[in-house]
Amino acid sequence: MVSKEEKIGWSVSDMARNVAMDIPNGSYVNLGIGMPELVAGHVPEGREVIYHTENGLLGMGPAPEEGHEDPELINAGKKHVTAIPGACYFHHADSFTMIRGNHIDICVLGAFQVSEAGDLANWSTGAPGAIPAVGGAMDLVAGDIKIFVISRHTTKEGEPKIVKECTYPLTGKQVVDTIYTDLAVIDVKEDGLYVRELAPGVTFDYVQERTDPELKQYSP
Amino acid sequence: MINKIVASPAEAVAEIFDGAVVMIGGFGEAGSPIELIHALIDQGAKDLTVISNNTGSGHVGLAALIAHRRVKKMICSFPRTANSKVFPELYKNGEIELELVPQGTLAERIRSGGAGIPAFYTPTSVGTPLAEGKETREFDGKTYVMERTIRADFSLVKCRAADRYGNLVYNKTARNFGPIMCMGAENTIVQTKQIVELGELDPEAVVTPGIFVSKVVEVTNPAEESKLVAEDRRYPW
Repeated sequence: MVSKEEKIGWSVSDMARNVAMDIPNGSYVNLGIGMPELVAGHVPEGREVIYHTENGLLGMGPAPEEGHEDPELINAGKKHVTAIPGACYFHHADSFTMIRGNHIDICVLGAFQVSEAGDLANWSTGAPGAIPAVGGAMDLVAGDIKIFVISRHTTKEGEPKIVKECTYPLTGKQVVDTIYTDLAVIDVKEDGLYVRELAPGVTFDYVQERTDPELKQYSP
Repeated sequence: MINKIVASPAEAVAEIFDGAVVMIGGFGEAGSPIELIHALIDQGAKDLTVISNNTGSGHVGLAALIAHRRVKKMICSFPRTANSKVFPELYKNGEIELELVPQGTLAERIRSGGAGIPAFYTPTSVGTPLAEGKETREFDGKTYVMERTIRADFSLVKCRAADRYGNLVYNKTARNFGPIMCMGAENTIVQTKQIVELGELDPEAVVTPGIFVSKVVEVTNPAEESKLVAEDRRYPW
């Protein structure tokens, strides 16, 4: 039998649930492409949340049933979606007015790196020869919308993704509010990174060993 | 009589000249005016600067225009998608220019151009490589970067229904850049699935007022880009 490496920490689904629990009833929320999309499936019963997709839809619903896809009804990741009753469509300048003008409440994004100060790098690894592509990432973090990052705590190689200074090109400076990883929920405050919650079986020291900057604990 | 309706995509794009700046609507395939783009390929204008969110898929539509070497420069926010092969290849070989713009900044540069505003300050991209070399200014303790407006000679846009005055309504998320691109060009050329009589569009529900539109051509059954890409079709057929 092949020995299995012990897996500790939250599953991706747990991480999405942790994010969803922090989204208040009545929020307008923009979900980034990939892991952030899972958050929609975990909103607690009794809360009504309206999803925005920056290509011009407020009131985005789940993926359509097979055979009911409409090529003119897609999300920012260009996947087929549906529109809920009460949804509305608008053009791109209005859509980014909702974002930059702070009308959206919360945006959930993935990350390559987050710094101690809340700087976010999530659009480019700066690799030579790569085709640069930014999409709406920089606009989403430019206003005062709450920015939740959902991400594995470390890279596939085990390198910390929470770093003192981002080495990848920045998406925005001092923009992240909370980081939801497989090991912990971490609030970004003016005086540092505060661990708010630890995954079951995970200690503060275990998280610290996998994090570049010094972590803080809320006083009990 | 005002009648902006023309008979064919070929007639609609006939005046596009070499070196023109052309905005092309669409977000991926949603809203991409594929028949107008194909007519532009047939027409032959070259050295174009194209403003569009993406760079097209497979070898049809915008990707085909690029593949035929008609585009010298792309201004866009996201030049690579799952099925974009043409632009990445040319870009890697240094055969096409790219101006990368954050999506909201791209939208606002287009909108403000149509609104007669030459530049604006935005918080987007401050402190990132995309703000390098640009003027910045503080307002109320926060730093903003100055962005210049874009104006185009022509816009190519797709919509669901239009009348002979050029009033337009769109279809779902295919609206995306359409309304602002209609405002942002000297000549706006629209392909519509349906032409309706004056008065049939509810004035309260018109999305693009006809004043922003120059020409309308009916394309009843527009091609679906993703189907053409799945079949590996190449334009010209």
